[in-house]
This record gives sequence, C-alpha cells and structure tokens, in this order.
Amino acid sequence: MSTSGFVAEKDKREGWNRPPVIEPDGEGELLEVSMGPHHPSTHGVFRMDVALDGERVIRLKPVFGYLHRNHEKIAEGISYLGSMPFTDRLDYLCPLTNNWAYALAVEKLTGQAVPERAEYLRVIVGELTRVQNHASSIGFLIQEMGASGTPLMYAFKAREKILDLFEELTGARMMCNYMRFGGCRVDATADWLAVTRKVVEELPGFVDEFERLLRGNEILMARTQGVGILRPELAVNAGVTGPMLRASGVNYDIRKVDGYGVYNRFKFRVPLGDHWDVFDRFMIRLLEMRESIKILEQALKDIPGGPVMDAKAKLRGFRPKPGEAYGRIESPKGELGFYLISDGGPNPYRYRVRPPSLINLTVLEDMALGQNVADVVLIFGSVDIILGEVDR
Amino acid sequence: MAVDEGLKIELGKQGVLVTTIEELYNWGRKNSVWPMQFGLACCAIEMIATTMARYDLARFGAEVFRPSPRQADLMIISGTVTKKMAPQVVRLYNQMAEPRYVIAMGACAISGGPFKEGYNVLKGIDRYIPVDVHIPGCPPRPEALIQAFMLLQKKIDGQHLTGPDRPRFLDAEAQGEFPVPVQGEHDLEPASNPGVWTVPVVIR
Amino acid sequence: MKTVEEIRAAIEAALPGAGVEIVSNPSVSGQHSLRLRPSHAVAVAKFLRDDAELALDFLSNATGVDWPDKEVTEKVKVTRTVRKTVDGVEQDAEETVEEARKRVEPGCLEAVYHLFSVARGHGPVVIRMKTVNRTDQVELPSLTPVWRSAEFQEREIFDLYGIVFSGHPDLRRLLMWEGFKDHPMRRDYVEPDDFEYEPTAHDEVLKRAVAHQAKQEAAGTVAGAAGVGSGVAAGREGKGAGA
Ligand code: SF4
Repeated sequence: MSTSGFVAEKDKREGWNRPPVIEPDGEGELLEVSMGPHHPSTHGVFRMDVALDGERVIRLKPVFGYLHRNHEKIAEGISYLGSMPFTDRLDYLCPLTNNWAYALAVEKLTGQAVPERAEYLRVIVGELTRVQNHASSIGFLIQEMGASGTPLMYAFKAREKILDLFEELTGARMMCNYMRFGGCRVDATADWLAVTRKVVEELPGFVDEFERLLRGNEILMARTQGVGILRPELAVNAGVTGPMLRASGVNYDIRKVDGYGVYNRFKFRVPLGDHWDVFDRFMIRLLEMRESIKILEQALKDIPGGPVMDAKAKLRGFRPKPGEAYGRIESPKGELGFYLISDGGPNPYRYRVRPPSLINLTVLEDMALGQNVADVVLIFGSVDIILGEVDR
Repeated sequence: MAVDEGLKIELGKQGVLVTTIEELYNWGRKNSVWPMQFGLACCAIEMIATTMARYDLARFGAEVFRPSPRQADLMIISGTVTKKMAPQVVRLYNQMAEPRYVIAMGACAISGGPFKEGYNVLKGIDRYIPVDVHIPGCPPRPEALIQAFMLLQKKIDGQHLTGPDRPRFLDAEAQGEFPVPVQGEHDLEPASNPGVWTVPVVIR
Repeated sequence: MKTVEEIRAAIEAALPGAGVEIVSNPSVSGQHSLRLRPSHAVAVAKFLRDDAELALDFLSNATGVDWPDKEVTEKVKVTRTVRKTVDGVEQDAEETVEEARKRVEPGCLEAVYHLFSVARGHGPVVIRMKTVNRTDQVELPSLTPVWRSAEFQEREIFDLYGIVFSGHPDLRRLLMWEGFKDHPMRRDYVEPDDFEYEPTAHDEVLKRAVAHQAKQEAAGTVAGAAGVGSGVAAGREGKGAGA
C-alpha cells in the first residue's frame, strides 16, 4: 500500500473498475436464467438475472427491492426514538449492532455522552451478535453448497444460547430494541453477567468444533478455494466493507480505525486474507469469531459499575438542533452507517441507512463472471447479506 | 360412519383396527405437511430456528422443506410481503398442488405489521390468497409457529371428504387458480382479490 | 486530516475555477461539507481520490435529499411616501412600516456523498451537489466512474428521488418495479390509498383509514351507515369463502 491510496496505485484507465466483458465461445445458444426471487438457495427474496454460456456465467444482474419496506420513509415520519425498533428489523440477524449504529449517529448529532458501563454492555452484546452472525452465515454458506442442515444446526446451537442471553437482558430473542441515545435501556444484572461469562467460556469450544467439522473438509476446499476472487483495489473502490474487505487483504476495521465506543481499550487482532476467495471469507469469519471471544472476555472482566443511561439524556420531546451527522460502526456485515439531517423538529428531516449488504453486492457480478453457475450461489453466500438490509 | 370410541379401543385390544377412510386419509395428511422452503423476511429466521434441533419441527412431520412449490403442501408466509413480491407469492401459491394450506406468520404477513405505512408494503397477504392460520407476533416465537402447526393439523383432521363443507380441493366448482395482481403505475392492480377478501367496513 | 477549508484550498489550487463552496454544519458533529458545481464534480472527485495526501479512495455513502419549494414569510422594512396633513398643510412624509412578504424559495434535489480514506484511515469528507430544480432540470454527473460503490446507491437515488445521473453505466430503478411512475422518497409523494380495512388502526394509519372511508362514502361505493357488526361479519365471510 502506498501513500496515495488503493486506487491511484493501479492503472487508472477508464473503466478499470467495471466488470469484465466475457465473450461467449460461440457454440450453442445463450441461456437466460432468472434465479429468484424465490430460489431455494438465496438468503431470501433476491433475484439474479443470469446469462449462461453452457455452465459459464457471462452476465449477471442482481435485481433488488423484493423486501423494500420503506424504512427510511417511515422513519422520516416518526420521532427519533420511534425508529429504534425499526432498526432491529434491518439486518435481522444482528439487531443489536443496528441499534448501536443508530444510537451512535444520533449521539454524534446531539453530542450526547454515554456512560462507561453502557459502553461496555454495548461491546458485550455487539460482539455476541457478531459471533452468532458469523456462525449462522457460515452455516448458510455451507447450506448453499448443498450440505443441507447439519452445519446450520451446529451454528444455531450456539446461536440459541446467545439468543437466550439477549432474551434475558432485553426481553426479546431477536428484536431487542435495547439501546437508547445516551446509554442502554436496562442494566444487566450480576446474574446475567455470570451466565454470559459461562456462555463465553464455552464459545471457544464451539468454534473449535465448528472449525474441525468444516475446515479440513475436502469438498469444501475444492469448491471454495480459488472461487470468487475479489481484488483489493476493486474491493476498496466498490465500497466493500467488513469481513469481505478483510478477506481481500485490506486492513480496515472500523473498530480499529474509528475506535468508537471503548474499542481502543481491548486487545484484538484483525485477521486478513491473502487469497481473496470464498474460502478466505469463510476463514476470516471463523477467525473473527475467535477475536470477538477475546474482546468479550476482556469486556466481561473489566466492566465497571455505574449507571447505564446518561443523566442528561433526553428520550421524549427529543429535538436535536438543526444540522447533520453521519455515524458508522463495524457491524458483522460491514460498515453500517446512519446519516441524519435534523431541521430542529421532532422527526428526522432525512434518515438514511448506509447498508453494507447492498454495497457489498456491487461486486457480485465481477466475482461471478466466468465462473460456473453452481459457484454463483456460493459466491453469493460468501457475501453474507440479509435482505432486510439490502432493500430496507 | 362414526365408530364409538370405546368400542374402537376395545377392538384395538383384540388386534382389530377399525377406522374410516376419512380418518385414515386425514391422519396421513396431517402428519406429513411439507412446507415450502420460502423465507421472506425476519420471521423466516425464526422459521429456520423452529426447524433446528432445539425446537425440532420434525416431531410434527413437517421438517421436509421442499424447494419446489409443486412438492409442497404448506406455504408459510414468513415475513413482509411487499408489492413487488406479492405477484410472485400468488404465482407460487397457484403452482402448489391441492390440498394446500397457508400460514400467515407474523404481523407483517397478517396486516403489514410495523411497516404498514410503507408505500411498497402489502397490507396483509389474505387480500390475495386464503389463509388458514394466522399467528401474530413480531416475530412469533418458534413455539408460536409450532402452535400454528398444531392448529393446522387440527383443521386438516376436521375436514370432511364429502358434503357441502368439503374442502376446496374436493370441490370441482371451487376456485383453484387465484388471479395474480399486476404491478401498475402507482400500486398493485387490483388492490385485493374480491373472491378471497371483501373489504370490511372500517369500524369507527 | 485536513479541514474543509484546507481541502477547498487544495482543490482550488489543483483545479482553478472549480467553484467549491463550504456548507457549514451547525451540529456538534462538525461534519462540514463541500458543495461541488455539477460541471466540475467529476474532476474534483478524481482529484480527491487520487491526491496523495487526501487519498479518499472509499466512497462510503451516497444519498439523496429532497428540498421542496418553501414558502418563507419574512418581515421587510418598507419605506414609502405618504400624504399627510400636518397642521392643516398637506405634505409628503416618509414612513417606515414593517410588511410581511411571502416569497417562494425554489426547491432542489441534493445528492450527498461521504468519503473516507482506507489507505490513510481518515474521514469523513462530505461532498454534495444540487440540481437546478425538482421538475425538469434534475441532472447531476454520476460519480460511479470514479467510485464504483456509487453504482447501486445512485440507482437508488434515481429510483426514490428522481435525480438523473448522467454518465451512469446502468441507470435503472433499483428498488421499485419497472413501470412505477413516482419517486416515493420525495416529500410530496402521494401514497396509494390502500387503507381500506383497519382492524387496529391508530395514529397516522387511523387518519388515513378515516380519510379513505370518507372518500369512499363521497363516491357512494360504500354504504356509510353499515353497522359495526356487519363490518366484522363481512370480513369473516370474505375469508371463509376462499378457504
Ligand atoms: S412481523 Fe416483524 S419479525 Fe416478522 S417479518 Fe414483519 S417485521 Fe419482521
């Protein structure tokens, strides 16, 4: 990496960042396939218009919007706090990190401080979310390879344990609605922390088991290695973030770069890939689970006492001064950002979600062109998207 | 037709099985309801959780999720149906073979739920296709989905093969194909299927 | 990282006449932005990306904002001459009065981009562009050739706000279906009236349901006097008929 950034380094011909043009070999006809919106292997309602030359993909156009639920429009008509439960439903595998990103953006807008204990609780629930998201996403990825059920069952075994923790803390398994501007809604009891420590103690065992089950598997290696390569320059230029970007070898983790919350107090490493393929993305997620467990151990050890809501925090009758703010966090999928414009009223004037899932899909075509159609599903699975966030 | 329960048990002790075609038929059907592998939104994650080891939907004979609508008996509408997706949902339902059932899982499938105000959100799937079981919740817990399965099994068990109240698939006159809505310039056309759903009067 | 003033100076030094304005942000976030002239936007964007010191190689977020025409009422001091009779003599006198004047501030559509640097780890730098109006002159240059991540986001802006990005390689609707006519994120978008049945209406939804009912009654399609009981019964029958 040079000082002049990722893009300037490589050749700057016009169109270097466009998908390559793949010529059909001229034998036989092209086959146009519409994969989705109900396709058994997609993560939800997502469609790809694919043109095939034999088995080879020569064109791929994703089609979105089948889950466009108008989150932004609705949020502009209700109060700031009213949008908090809606953020749960964006990336519905990781509601707590969504809460966090939104709370962070509003705190940026108003300059609201957050007490220490709340910051630690945010880290704890955020990293638990990351562990369960990565486990599930690996499970889904393998499911899309055709290993129906088993790896997903392992993933959900760990997930259910974490969901039980969420349920005890927040009252809901999935839609937690836990964070507030200036803290967290409820405090964790000593019991909850004790149980969490126990669950976290068991997590390395789960990751080991999961890894032993999958990593050495010959079929998995044969199908994922060298498939769906994403060059780092393109990844940066296309706004790819999260494990996807790090699997392409770019060291960019917002937890390290921005150090939001109390992340700069913890010791953890940022795993990077060096083959840039589907296998690397799978491995990065496994390794990130281990790093998350490390953070969890530290956070659970050092969590201080005190309030979980800032005394000056205002929830009702909340009217930020006019202005705008962009706040972002490292969600399990990538950079999740919220962009808010206030006109001084009780509702945001503009409320925008920067969805990592959607933007990571920009390069789907580049990765899939020239590959076999069976691998497209795999490449798609390795992006790890949730449709609620793609379409909002 | 009905065999006295006591007599049945008595005969059973002697190794004689007495039943009716209807009972046998419904018994077989209700214990092998195969859902379609079809997830729409957040509720789909809870549906997946239901099929996993902890909640184990296999106990109800419903663990075989079929990717193709032709092989499925049950459609679980697990999430928000948007106006962009609604025609496809109706089309998939049309492709399913009778007897077929629908569970509307979650607030969104029932009425639009939290996203009801959205311009692209369908305010309840029962505007286009008949729904057998509604389960409220956002998302409904896996236990609630299991409850829905049990309700559906009860419903299947109670269906008569003959008579005026026989189910749709045994009624040659009944509506089998449901019109697929068209995406218009501003909205779906028509906004609902009058054969399935009549607009009730707003209660004020 | 450089401040917006320094960035503006750097741009002006490299591309004289780019006409970059600073839009200050009164919020505590302190994220001030740079307004680019559409005619120079692509050149400035390339400079921001390739400049060794800024190296803004990562476009994170691109979004639209709708600013509809605004009617502003302002008090203006007006001085005028009036004829007055002072001491029996008519004479002209100057008089200053306050007058409320209404003025329509023309609206526009705006595209906002948030840039970061992966190589140097700084950001955000916010850049924005404005269209001339909201109706017929809604073109802006696309930044997709510079940053690929704008591709889907600009399509989304085109879909929801109706900004036409010239130079975009594949400008189609992203979220709504082809053949949809409106731009739903605009403030004056009229939603389809599909709130005919509200079992648990409240707040906004209740208002719309009542408005819908009133419209139906005015059109004479629904008997307004239908009782509560019959309404519920109709709903049940409707569902039963299909099952
Ligand atoms: S009911 Fe709730 S959980 Fe289910 S799809 Fe709708 S918003 Fe998601």
